[in-house]
Amino acid sequence: MARALGLALVVAAVLAFPLSVGPYPVKLVQEILIWGIFAMSLDLLMGYAGMVSFGHSAFFGIGAYTAALLLPKWPGLLSALGAPALAAALGALAIGFFSIRVGGVYFIMLTLAFSQMFFALTFQNAFLGAEDGITSVPRPLVFGVRISSLGAFHLYLITIVGAAALLLHRIVRSPFGHVLRGIHDNEERMQAVGYPVGRYKLLAFVIAGTVAGVAGSLYTQFVGSISPDAFLWTTSGEALLMVIIGGTGTLNGAWLGAAAFILLQSLVSSYTERWMLILGLTFVLFVLFAPGGIVGALRGRVGVRS
Amino acid sequence: MGREPGRARLPPSDRVPVVSDVFAQALNGLAYGVLLFLLSVGLTLIFGMLDIVNLAHGSYYMLGAYAGVTVLMMTESFWLALVVAPVAVGVVGAVVERLCLRPLYRRGPLDQVLLTFGLIYLFEDLVKWIWGGRIRSIPAPALLTTSVNVLGATVPSYRVFVIVFGLAVAVALWLLVEKTRLGAVIRAGVFDSEMAAGMGIPIDRVFTGVFAFGAGLAGLSGVIAGPIQSAAPSIGATILIPALIVVVVGGLGSLKGSLVGSLIIGQAETFGKAWLPGASMLMIYAVMALILMLRPQGLFGRPLK
Amino acid sequence: MPALLAPALLTIDALTRTFGALSALAGVSLTLEARERRAVIGPNGAGKTTLFNVITGQLPPSGGRIVFDGRPITGLPPHAVARRGVSRSFQRTNLFPRLSVLENLRLSAAAGAGGSYNLFGRVERVTAPLARARETGAAVGLAERLDTAAGQLSYGEQRQLEVGVALATRPKLLLLDEPTAGMSPEETQRMTRMLEGLPRDVTLLIIEHDMDVVASLADRVTVLHYGEVLTEGTFDEVKRDPRVYEVYLGSE
Repeated sequence: MARALGLALVVAAVLAFPLSVGPYPVKLVQEILIWGIFAMSLDLLMGYAGMVSFGHSAFFGIGAYTAALLLPKWPGLLSALGAPALAAALGALAIGFFSIRVGGVYFIMLTLAFSQMFFALTFQNAFLGAEDGITSVPRPLVFGVRISSLGAFHLYLITIVGAAALLLHRIVRSPFGHVLRGIHDNEERMQAVGYPVGRYKLLAFVIAGTVAGVAGSLYTQFVGSISPDAFLWTTSGEALLMVIIGGTGTLNGAWLGAAAFILLQSLVSSYTERWMLILGLTFVLFVLFAPGGIVGALRGRVGVRS
Repeated sequence: MGREPGRARLPPSDRVPVVSDVFAQALNGLAYGVLLFLLSVGLTLIFGMLDIVNLAHGSYYMLGAYAGVTVLMMTESFWLALVVAPVAVGVVGAVVERLCLRPLYRRGPLDQVLLTFGLIYLFEDLVKWIWGGRIRSIPAPALLTTSVNVLGATVPSYRVFVIVFGLAVAVALWLLVEKTRLGAVIRAGVFDSEMAAGMGIPIDRVFTGVFAFGAGLAGLSGVIAGPIQSAAPSIGATILIPALIVVVVGGLGSLKGSLVGSLIIGQAETFGKAWLPGASMLMIYAVMALILMLRPQGLFGRPLK
Repeated sequence: MPALLAPALLTIDALTRTFGALSALAGVSLTLEARERRAVIGPNGAGKTTLFNVITGQLPPSGGRIVFDGRPITGLPPHAVARRGVSRSFQRTNLFPRLSVLENLRLSAAAGAGGSYNLFGRVERVTAPLARARETGAAVGLAERLDTAAGQLSYGEQRQLEVGVALATRPKLLLLDEPTAGMSPEETQRMTRMLEGLPRDVTLLIIEHDMDVVASLADRVTVLHYGEVLTEGTFDEVKRDPRVYEVYLGSE
């Protein structure tokens, strides 16, 4: 009961945000929400299925570019959400199919290679805007209304991000989610009792990729443009940072990790230039001493899941 | 963070490449390949022994270059920089291994890979803090500032030096690994560290040693590359990807694979940038992906467990 | 079908498995009837665990055939073999350490059901695997420990859970790899009694070193040596065979 109340308070605060403060903090929150859901999708993969991917930015980028290409001509929700999600899902199906059959370190490197391939493709392709990417992407029309105002976009963003987060939470508690946790804990035994583990991993990969694609599309709508940097392996790495700092395997840790990253980047950098050093150090310290992330530290232990 | 090296905007050359031009490019490719080799040796040995992909390996390359900058500033001697830089970076590598990686050994390779990723940020900003963010040049030693004429092509003598030096190091490494007891210990550790530990080899110290050695070689590569590409905070992240590709192609854990792979990738990237600027990047990554999909152990790596 | 005319449950025909120059299995042939309880014994390195690994698909064979319940399973991947009704426990405890005992068993019990792709349901509502898990937990003597994390159980309890996880899939054939390994005499007795109490429609194939366990449980015994079947028979027959005695002595 207390948890639900707390959650409701947070949601209300986030919703009311634009009414009370100026545009800059609102944009910060919106950026946190977008990166947060991107990181959360990665947490599904890492924290629940045990798959460390350095190629998650591929789906972020696919979603982002799909939206950027379609919105100028067809500004509806199909371009804003439907098509990017589908494109990312297909991308995840293809990449996942090849990457999952090789495990461990090779999976990390193959996913990295794939996302770099997308980077190279967009970087050197004039139709996709080459190095500068695609700019002047308009806000979508939702039920005929263009959501350009701060408040309208805020509501839109929260609805979608919230729905995605609820979806991920639901999935993690489902029978499927429990299978993922079993795979994470002991993949060999899961095979031995009869689970076709590859198929489950692929489904998890596609779900995570789809949500990442939606995050990418939201990012394009947020900024109004997109560049090949979205595909960089370091973009995946930053999402990994967020997951670990927030707490792997907690889903909600992703919000905290995204907040930590973005606040460090924008706030700390106004006091000192050394935000990257602090970020790197924080990350290293978390991996070494607080592998449960912020959420894990708050809970006081790495809990038993049953 | 680092940008990709595929930003060559060379004007379209004459339709028919002249032999001496091709040869000049080949020598460039060879020099680049040698740099990649020095860098990838550490990467591949560290993987073979510890199952870690050390994503911070590019950082050691960068630190080597900056160590060179400092030594040059203090002593004006390039040759001294060539000796001091790898040692300094090797020490840093040893410290990193003992402080950060050793506690993670029982936690498995994925945590270690993640930690090395965090180190990238740490080192890059540390370098910016200490040496400033702008590019620092490393002038070639006076002996090697001329150009030589090799088979009709005019090539900076420094590049020839790089090639000769690198191949000499390759030979020395081969001798070390194949013909000495220390080399046998390293090979045992790379092949099966549990077994090696069981045979009484102080595997902890070997790990630190190999790590330091690999980092030192990366630092050497960085300082040697100095006169060609200078020192900037982004060079570490930039060269990491080609080094990873080399290791994948050659085979994780294989020294021979590092050499062959770096020579191949060195040529492929150099000619690709010159002749197919629009697709060279994509091609290289496609090669990496194909190898991982079809033959993950690369050309000479040990078969997957 | 009358027992005389029923085909064997498991038929292994000239099974070989080589690792380079090493021949771990050098032509093993074995026939197991339904409802039988067979022990596989032999000195270390005889190929017993390799035999299990090949039957269950963890390792592909180098040659030979395996037929289970009338259908060939040679070279099938582990999950497919498990789906056909063959389940195994491991010599080195192979559990889900961070999950509770109940969840360990529930996951195993749910493996057969098609519902695990259920993305939106609630685990508590899928009752059949839960019930099976509790049943199995009681059968292996862990009814009091269902909420404990597997990693926090005592060694003996973990070995019990190890068998439980294999049992929860309702297998037709249960392969147990040294179920009493490392156990104290009391724990061994408890495990033996538990195994004796299993329903006969679960056929047992057990690798064991403890001859008391073999004597209590096994209808027949197969002796492996250097990857081949040395001899086969009832426990008393095998015990009296001088070759078996030599083989065990010679390996000291």
